[in-house]
Amino acid sequence: MAGGAVTVQLSEKAAHRPKHITESVGVRIVLISIALLFLVLVVLLPLLSVFIEAFKKGADVYFAALRDPDALSALRLTLTTAIIAVPLNTVFGIAAAWAISKFRFRGKNILITLIDLPFAVSPVISGLVFVLLFGAQGFFGQWLQAHDIKLIFALPGIVLATTFVTFPFVARELIPLMQAQGVQEEEAAASLGARGFQIFWRVTLPNIKWGLLYGVILCNARAMGEFGAVSVVSGHIRGETNTLPLHIEILYNEYQFAASFAVASLLVMLAVLTLIVKSFIEWRTNAKSPERSADDAH
Amino acid sequence: MKGSTSKRTKPRSVLPGFGLSLGFTIFYLSVLVIIPLAGIFVKTSGLTPEQFWHTVSNARVIASYKVSFLTSFYAALVNLVFGLIIAWVLVRYRFPGKKLIDSLIDMPFALPTAVAGISLTAIYAPNGWVGKLAEPLGLKIAFTPLGITLALIFIGLPFVVRTVQPVLQDLDNEVEEAAVMLGAFRWRTFRRVILPELIPALLTGFALAFARGIGEFGSVVFISGNMPMKTEIAPLLIMTKLEQYDYKGATAIAMVMLIVSFILLLLINYLQWRSNRRVVTA
Amino acid sequence: MHIEVRHLNKSFGSHAAVQDVSFQIERGKLIGLLGPSGGGKSTLLRMLAGLETPDSGDIYINGKRVNDVQPQLRGIGFVFQNYALFKHMSVFDNIAFGLTIRKTSKAEIKARVGELLDLTGLRGFEHRYPHQLSGGQRQRVAFARALAPRPELLLLDEPFAAIDAKVRKELRTWLKQLISTLGITSIFVTHDQDEAVEVADEMLIVQQGRLEQQGSPVHIYTDPQTAFVAGFIGHSSVVEQPASLRGFENTSITAGARALVRPEFVEVGREQEIQFPSAAEKGQVRHIFFRGAHLELDIQVGDNRLSAHRSLDQEPLQPGDEVSVLIHRLYVISDESATMVENPLKVDPLPVHI
Repeated sequence: MAGGAVTVQLSEKAAHRPKHITESVGVRIVLISIALLFLVLVVLLPLLSVFIEAFKKGADVYFAALRDPDALSALRLTLTTAIIAVPLNTVFGIAAAWAISKFRFRGKNILITLIDLPFAVSPVISGLVFVLLFGAQGFFGQWLQAHDIKLIFALPGIVLATTFVTFPFVARELIPLMQAQGVQEEEAAASLGARGFQIFWRVTLPNIKWGLLYGVILCNARAMGEFGAVSVVSGHIRGETNTLPLHIEILYNEYQFAASFAVASLLVMLAVLTLIVKSFIEWRTNAKSPERSADDAH
Repeated sequence: MKGSTSKRTKPRSVLPGFGLSLGFTIFYLSVLVIIPLAGIFVKTSGLTPEQFWHTVSNARVIASYKVSFLTSFYAALVNLVFGLIIAWVLVRYRFPGKKLIDSLIDMPFALPTAVAGISLTAIYAPNGWVGKLAEPLGLKIAFTPLGITLALIFIGLPFVVRTVQPVLQDLDNEVEEAAVMLGAFRWRTFRRVILPELIPALLTGFALAFARGIGEFGSVVFISGNMPMKTEIAPLLIMTKLEQYDYKGATAIAMVMLIVSFILLLLINYLQWRSNRRVVTA
Repeated sequence: MHIEVRHLNKSFGSHAAVQDVSFQIERGKLIGLLGPSGGGKSTLLRMLAGLETPDSGDIYINGKRVNDVQPQLRGIGFVFQNYALFKHMSVFDNIAFGLTIRKTSKAEIKARVGELLDLTGLRGFEHRYPHQLSGGQRQRVAFARALAPRPELLLLDEPFAAIDAKVRKELRTWLKQLISTLGITSIFVTHDQDEAVEVADEMLIVQQGRLEQQGSPVHIYTDPQTAFVAGFIGHSSVVEQPASLRGFENTSITAGARALVRPEFVEVGREQEIQFPSAAEKGQVRHIFFRGAHLELDIQVGDNRLSAHRSLDQEPLQPGDEVSVLIHRLYVISDESATMVENPLKVDPLPVHI
């Protein structure tokens, strides 16, 4: 279940369509209006509302909410979590994509399906599984307690849950990309005497760097924004186990709407940044693709 | 560990790192995903079938499933229609701001669900911008199943658009022209020639949006109002049970949802595999 | 006249795809629209079909101007280069599509599709899907589908381009027979002159959006009227100074005119093999290429390089051999027109001394 694994390019195919295979101007205008209205109601208005609500009580309240020690500690926790989870999943994504795209082996499709699993699991259940394993009443609960190790309602639990939820992102972005590129370039490099990491570093990585970057930023956006799974394992201890999204929830439930939306606006900016990077990557790949297809021609 | 390690699956490749990369993949997958998920099954197997049945057949649990599945279904349905229109407009027409609209589609992937939840609530609550307009018409959006559906429409929006878009893009003009030369006018060409080509992608997108909707939590809890029997979704009920330290109850409810999700996942992979195969051989 | 086109023009942006093209086609003819890739053939075909709108000019079918008739209503069958079969429909449904649009009764559809399945040799495949068929079979389905609604005119855009060489030959013969049996006026686009010569009753040669020449293959081959046609048909060598060739020194060739020499106009051999040794001159074999049924020789004659054929039965030559070269005739190209000039020495042989 691709969570954004598709990078679509808007080609110039739309430019010239003979009139018998397109709709009349009226129909076109109606369809475009429907699409725009839908997007405004479902996506654009909510985004705008975040900033409007955040500044409703003035810039002072806005910045005070961001400077609040609890907000800062939530930000720190969110960053820490992402710094651990994202590299782990990146390494995994590269390893999985390498094995799957460069070699033939039995059970490959099953492996791909299994990698998709976390997409199919409700975030709440993702949190639940770790509570069941490491919680006080959990599978390893007693043993952990005996050794005075606290995983649940602490940083390790939050990291585990986040890693679980964002597990497939990099892999799902890289697998189709590397499958499409095949093994010829790597085999050529190997035949020229390149070995091990040299092949990856000098041949594969330059080919996949943009896809990899997109996978990583998307993974990062989700890691920083995860709510359900983290909510289950965090225990909501203010200033200790609250991530940014959990902090937003608490403020919201305490009717501190302006503060809540102020913190939310940070995450909106992160999302916008993510999409800008994505557009940039698409623009790069589009700009490069003619030269690539010319390469393929001979 | 370089080159081939496994005898049965002989990669017969000059490329290095098969053992290392596959080994690490499987190890990481097992530790992080498979073993923890297996935990749920182990935990449930601690339940007797009667206990399990008793939990999941409880009226409140049934009601929460109903809310989750129905709202997800309707949301996916709405996304099916509007996702198709949006993909169509983006692929085929030219209009100002198209690039921007196209990036906006991915917003639900990138935006944290909790943020989506509070902002949708702000707009569609009775005192919100749109809620205010809807209330005199007798239409309550937030804190009703309609609100849940709305949040799930937001969450599922990219799935249909992003699965249909590439298929529509690759559709050969000649196929439409062939229909034209055989006498079909626009609507007929769409219904008989274009739409059937899109159906696998539409179904995949629908299933993805539906599956995502069932499990969704963050964007829904704020707008749903969380009234037991009416607007309480299954993931929230799991959360509630956990807060009451009813681990067995939570696990039983989760089991049912997991099974549904797995079936959907298999279905989606099957759909994708089928449409790929057609493309490859045709 | 069945099909008539008058002063047709079409541009895409600054690129003039079709320029002032006029021609007429008789009912029942199989027309080959031949020319280099990107020369405007497909655009011409698509305008006939109504898939493109001409910038100016008129198209008449059966004397009726069809410029403003929608493509759906022109009664034209079209076979696309990549067949454009409906992937999600069986062979039967593909063929039946045009009939169902016309609200034909079920029984009638069944009968007509059955007829076409027999005609195209696809009987037994009607429940298959396009991806389960070979290239040649898909081509036949596309053909049957276009024929099903009984069009007045059949247009085929590079119908054999996507098929591998061996099947292509069979399919050409089959198509020619089928079309002559049906008697339907057909126009097919191709960039392959062998294909056009073999299949067409009549050829239209199109280059850079202009119609160069219309006529039967034999006519076009023996009497090319423009420089382009003379050079495009056959595999000619270009001679910059025709007066330097023996026999053509005194012929009335305008200064600066070039000449085209086809391999079949050139006779090459040992001196005693040549019919009119006095009309021949000396040359040297540069390369020899084996072409299956014959040999192709690359000959140096003075400053000119000519291509010639030689039978495998004749005494073998080696690269570097000194040979006699007799040029029977050539095309003189001036002002974009082509004139054939026979070797005068050959017509009036000098006494032979042995």
